[in-house]
Amino acid sequence: MVNAGDMNGSGNLMDFLDEPFPDVGTYEDFHTIDWLREKSRDTDRHRKITSKSKESIWEFIKSLLDAWSGWVVMLLIGLLAGTLAGVIDLAVDWMTDLKEGVCLSAFWYSHEQCCWTSNETTFDDRDKCPQWQKWSELLVNQSEGASAYILNYFLYIMWALCFAFLAVSLVRVFAPYACGSGIPEIKTILSGFIIRGYLGKWTLLIKTVTLVLVVSSGLSLGKEGPLVHVACCCGNFFSSLFSKYSKNEGKRREVLSAAAAAGVSVAFGAPIGGVLFSLEEVSYYFPLKTLWRSFFAALVAAFTLRSINPFGNSRLVLFYVEYHTPWYMAELFPFILLGVFGGLWGTLFIRCNIAWCRRRKTTRLGKYPVLEVIVITAITAIIAYPNPYTRRSTSELISELFNDCGALESSQLCDYINDPNMTRPVDDIPDRPAGPGVYSAMWQLALALVFKIVITIFTFGMKIPSGLFIPSMAVGAMAGRMVGIGVEQLAYHHHDWIIFRNWCRPGADCVTPGLYAMVGAAACLGGVTRMTVSLVVIMFELTGGLEYIVPLMAAAVTSKWVADAFGKEGIYEAHIHLNGYPFLDVKDEFTHRTLATDVMRPRRGEAPLSVLTQDSMTVEDVETLIKETDYNGFPVVVSKDSERLIGFAQRRELILAIKNARQRQDGVVSNSIVYFTEDPPELPPNSPHPLKLRRILNLSPFTVTDHTPMETVVDIFRKLGLRQCLVTRSGRLLGIITKKDVLRHMAQMANQDPESIMFN
Amino acid sequence: VLFRQAPRMFAQNSRNFASPVLLLVLLGCVLCPSAQASKSSEDIRCKCICPPYRNVSGHIYNKNVSQKDCNCLHVVEPMPVPGNDVEAYCLLCECKYEERSTTTIKVIIIVYLSVVGALLLYMAFLVLVDPLIRKPDLYTQPLHNEEDSEDTRSLARVPTLAGARANTVLERVEGAQQRWKRQVQEQRKTVFDRHKMLS
Repeated sequence: MVNAGDMNGSGNLMDFLDEPFPDVGTYEDFHTIDWLREKSRDTDRHRKITSKSKESIWEFIKSLLDAWSGWVVMLLIGLLAGTLAGVIDLAVDWMTDLKEGVCLSAFWYSHEQCCWTSNETTFDDRDKCPQWQKWSELLVNQSEGASAYILNYFLYIMWALCFAFLAVSLVRVFAPYACGSGIPEIKTILSGFIIRGYLGKWTLLIKTVTLVLVVSSGLSLGKEGPLVHVACCCGNFFSSLFSKYSKNEGKRREVLSAAAAAGVSVAFGAPIGGVLFSLEEVSYYFPLKTLWRSFFAALVAAFTLRSINPFGNSRLVLFYVEYHTPWYMAELFPFILLGVFGGLWGTLFIRCNIAWCRRRKTTRLGKYPVLEVIVITAITAIIAYPNPYTRRSTSELISELFNDCGALESSQLCDYINDPNMTRPVDDIPDRPAGPGVYSAMWQLALALVFKIVITIFTFGMKIPSGLFIPSMAVGAMAGRMVGIGVEQLAYHHHDWIIFRNWCRPGADCVTPGLYAMVGAAACLGGVTRMTVSLVVIMFELTGGLEYIVPLMAAAVTSKWVADAFGKEGIYEAHIHLNGYPFLDVKDEFTHRTLATDVMRPRRGEAPLSVLTQDSMTVEDVETLIKETDYNGFPVVVSKDSERLIGFAQRRELILAIKNARQRQDGVVSNSIVYFTEDPPELPPNSPHPLKLRRILNLSPFTVTDHTPMETVVDIFRKLGLRQCLVTRSGRLLGIITKKDVLRHMAQMANQDPESIMFN
Repeated sequence: VLFRQAPRMFAQNSRNFASPVLLLVLLGCVLCPSAQASKSSEDIRCKCICPPYRNVSGHIYNKNVSQKDCNCLHVVEPMPVPGNDVEAYCLLCECKYEERSTTTIKVIIIVYLSVVGALLLYMAFLVLVDPLIRKPDLYTQPLHNEEDSEDTRSLARVPTLAGARANTVLERVEGAQQRWKRQVQEQRKTVFDRHKMLS
């Protein structure tokens, strides 16, 4: 192959501008990789380096560098992912407050930062300071009254629309792959699918920039799923700098698994939870070596984020809680109720969201993506502004709901009737009767809950980066807090009932509504994503204590059971099925008793299998076969009569080999015989030079007999990551089963539409 | 000719180096200020919140002290209650030590705004100005049938010899930008028009 860098003197710097030569061994877009071949190529490379390392000191050093390159990549991924997460957090903080006002002393400060050094904050008006002014104060010099309210309302909506419109335009013009959550596509990529450009540099840049814009616009979405995508883009970027990873798609996916762990780690401040999330939800093959490296990447990312310190108190997440009040056995009953609510909400959300996304895919609604984003943003902003719980950002809402009410809180939710002579310290406030503020907060929360449930269904899946961890946690937190306040008031007013008498004395601090909010958040998140261990670990890393593991587990388990009773798929698997990605889920069980003959192609009545013969086809025959069919590969048999199998040849490699041979080898013309054996066949004299293609032949294709049960075949495809499997009987080739055939068969068995599996 | 090609060259050149360089600039700008340990007086504080107590109303006290001095006795000045009540009053107060880095915040927000501004300008250029510049070239470009299968294209495509291609930097940059535009167009078709991916 001609290397432009050698011939052209203008230097290698410009080489990256040239179109990359398709190499034998790279894959086409929207195809599946061959896991076994990648693994064997890596073993070959490693063996070569090890044998060369004994030759000289320089080779030894090179082998050491090769071994260490994995750790260097993890370090770089952690640094970049942590940095980007810090940038996103700080920018979201500022831009969210920009909708309501601006800081006059320095425009880049958010509300809290602006009033940081001010001495004019009072106990009752903790948020007010003269340097921060709302838009109505700035423009018309009024801060109270109807006209100020209307002006603030109007400007809030305008800013939200501006941010959303900017975000969707950037996505549309620069990187259309930056929309959506990213986790379903990353799951598919990690299972071996190739989507070129999905983890590219422009996607990274646009996703980071637009994520800030859409979160600031007040839409009901989160940033955790997109942060996983951002981290995987970083992983792809750094792995392309090292040839060990850039040339081997299998090794690259190990790096991407670790990068996904780093992404969740910075989103939640939960390194262990991130690794478990990558193991449970995102990755397909997760060798143990990746476990340690993922943990390293997650730790580096968390440490980098902490050093940027976006929230001003060395915490990684806005809603980290630190109380350690105990919970009681009798409270398990409301926790399990919250679990049931989480499961029901998860099922409802998945069904409605998939129905809406399917409508977007198939009807005219999908033709107006920009208009759709603008309309949803307008509706969200118009309804969200009047309710103080939806006006602020969802993370702040969750933070307030998780927090316990000490004597120092001045929000409406903590407007309990205090005993004026009370002299207890701040963390031991007993249960108190609710004041009027609490009652008004309860019905505002109820309205906010209904609104969030409805609007998230329409928001997730639009053509902007959107995650759904934060909205689900918000729904659960609101429900949980309401249940918690209810239980608290019940315990206060009826402390002589049997269920309360044992553990709740009057004057004691029995019920912590903040804990109920946490349990509710975990239940809803589990109901939607069907995470198990990773969810519990993330939640207890968020709360910083092991006391609450049992309630969290109870709620997570209950919500998963309830949700699984209605449907087996989580939201990500449901989106994979909706889009028809060729993803063979390890969690699906295949329990039908079909055989390989029932699934293999060609079926009865179809055209016979297109095969290549060992030494009796000409170059022209092969080219015609390639042009007329669109199969990804062709089996090679001894001859058309005895269909004994020799091997399997990939389409892409055939094309490249023939193209190369026509240009470079003398005497190869259309009439030349193509042979796959070691020695050329016997040819009459004066025949053109034959073409040897043995080096592109895979001599060990996987075969099963026709009576192999499909259960075993599906297992083989899953465990080995095969793309196709040949079916033989008594050594004769009968047919072929591809991954797409397997997926279609599974869909048919599950009474779904087998034609919905797209992509070859 | 040079005048017409100059803005195009600038845009294409900047595009090709834009994204990796932007990323590295972002990384550098953010890590450098946070690595500096110098803290201005604006950046640390001890915040004590004291609720209403008897006939004393609630108050918030801010003071610039170090972490080990961040407690009620050092920060609450002047003490609103007489000496024997100080302990009871201080039990109710909650003091927290907080620090922030104003340089980090300023740098990140300004870098972010400049990135958004640059992207906006480039988007305006691509959408408004570029079609006007490219109009005369429409006739010289061969008609490109998008539905051609990639195999027949690759079978028919013969790679140019090294001497014939890339004789100027300009042409290579232009080729790279054309390729990028085609990729984005493909992506846009897959996602927005055919709804094949990302629902």
